[in-house]
Amino acid sequence: MTKLTLGPIAYHWSPEVRRDFYAKIADEAPVDEVYLGEVICSKRAPFQEADLPDIIERLERGGKTVILSSLAEVMLKRERKATADLAELDSPEIEFNNAAGLFARGKRPHRIGPFMNAYNEATIAWMATNGATHVCLPTELPGPAIAVAAKAARDLGLGVEVQAFGRASLAVSARCYHARAHNRTKDNCLFVCEDDPDGMPLRTTDQNPILRVNGIQTQSESYVDLLPESARLVGDGVTHLRLMPQVVDMVAVATLFRCVLDETLELDQAQESLENLCGGTKVSNGFYHGTAGYRRINAAAPL
Amino acid sequence: MSLAELICPAGTPAALRTAVDAGADAVYCGFQDATNARNFPGLNFTPYELAASVAYAHAKGTKVLLALNTYPPAGKVDLWRHAADTGAQFGVDAFIVADMGVAQYIAQTHPQVRLHLSVQAAASSPEAIRYYCENFGVKRVVLPRILTIPEIRQIRKEIPCEIETFIFGNHGLMVEGRCSLTNYLTGQSTNMDGVCSPASDVDYRRHEDGSMSSQLAGFTIDCFGPNEKAGYPTICKGRYTAPHRPDGYYAFEEPISLNLSRLLPDLIDAGVHAFKIEGRQRSKSYVRGVVSAFRQAVDDIRAGRPANIADLVALTEGQKQTQGAFETKKWR
Repeated sequence: MTKLTLGPIAYHWSPEVRRDFYAKIADEAPVDEVYLGEVICSKRAPFQEADLPDIIERLERGGKTVILSSLAEVMLKRERKATADLAELDSPEIEFNNAAGLFARGKRPHRIGPFMNAYNEATIAWMATNGATHVCLPTELPGPAIAVAAKAARDLGLGVEVQAFGRASLAVSARCYHARAHNRTKDNCLFVCEDDPDGMPLRTTDQNPILRVNGIQTQSESYVDLLPESARLVGDGVTHLRLMPQVVDMVAVATLFRCVLDETLELDQAQESLENLCGGTKVSNGFYHGTAGYRRINAAAPL
Repeated sequence: MSLAELICPAGTPAALRTAVDAGADAVYCGFQDATNARNFPGLNFTPYELAASVAYAHAKGTKVLLALNTYPPAGKVDLWRHAADTGAQFGVDAFIVADMGVAQYIAQTHPQVRLHLSVQAAASSPEAIRYYCENFGVKRVVLPRILTIPEIRQIRKEIPCEIETFIFGNHGLMVEGRCSLTNYLTGQSTNMDGVCSPASDVDYRRHEDGSMSSQLAGFTIDCFGPNEKAGYPTICKGRYTAPHRPDGYYAFEEPISLNLSRLLPDLIDAGVHAFKIEGRQRSKSYVRGVVSAFRQAVDDIRAGRPANIADLVALTEGQKQTQGAFETKKWR
């Protein structure tokens, strides 16, 4: 059965907000697996660490499998140490987003995160022979390539995951663009990113919404939405669909995906409900269809 | 002291000959397809041109590095393997790679050819670099343009391979190999297609008040007054508005070039083995001017003579320049 996963929170949500969010996920969301941990900014990590054991316990009590995700960008001493420390854990499961983690982990079992650039069957085969048990494909990979990659990964016994909901990560940097917007440097950011729980909106100078800033990360303005493509993804061998936490009712989002996967709700109806949940934020599936990522293609995955 | 090799761009056979004649220690180039990260119309080499160019370069003692530094999407891996086979057959001196599958194929199939790790692999820590060294026998890493000189010096002590850094040209500020901005707006991918802000999607629009906007795929990336020179619409050098910045600002970076000429002695002292000049899309005369000037400066520094840094600074005359992350971590 296809599993639903909840990706790591990309934003700087406060400890209180996180606790409440995961309590609700543990009790109510039909997701099977939950990724925790700070992936974007190592300065934020200390705010979460105290609550992490409780949140893990809460989620596991709710029947969820917990996976810890590593930083996407590893450069500073504290980032190298955080990555090496994660690699030493036997449990819960670990997802790496940087080759520094693969180096520290060696051939012990691990998952490959979406920042690892597992674009093709040759790279996936290499990763599998070096301990990878599961791979999350890059968000920009188009449908036909997903099908080839998923088949190769399945043949090697790997789980295969694709982001099916939420803003796409479009870039990461060493520079903090939240700090820059407020005329600060990264070292003196005062955690201004906390003011934008769904990312800081950038518009073109003629007022066209285009991107979101999340610290060192640049995200899509639109939410990726592969609900209409979910049956196709499953048919092509994808085993896990990843939902990225946004400031919307994530329990309701997960429920809609679960219902469509289980065929207990008509796709058209579910899609309409999902778009209503997203409020003013547009949804997109352009990457899947091999066109501009922001676009919404209104066809149920003709390949 | 490190050898301070000068690694120069060759977008065309003519530019390659120009760079070789101007004193490049090595040139880097790619095929006319998605296998390299400068897959632009009118650039790059046919297999026949590569063969002739390798012969020309080798006759003058210059190495040729072949960029295979994009990520093959599943189902298209053979294009990259074939490019590696062709390059090996023609005797290129190294492959510049990013994808693990491509690296492993070359390490197994062409173990006699050096592997350099492209900046597109985004290896910015000793651990990440060692991963590629130990698994694929990488001999040199091209460092991302995000590190300070003290950080580079420290990395050098902890890795078993040579370091190459960018010193001049485009100031890329996103982590390379992790950027889908172009694909989001245009449908062409930097990682899979080797395309960044493609010219085919660029438009300049003149408005009634005389101002001009530069656009990419219909999105306004920047705007210019009637007397300003309109820049190229690169997404990460664009002007946008944010709730706190309603008047528009360069959210990521201003249109600016990297020029580390003042830092050359420090970079050599930090153990940087090779200096990379960006610009495979640039003209022959640009290549000639930049390569000659840096050749002279590097030779002076190596001989213990004072280098004429002013000439190098002047190379970007008329354009803003920066030392980016290299000078201070305040850049971050």
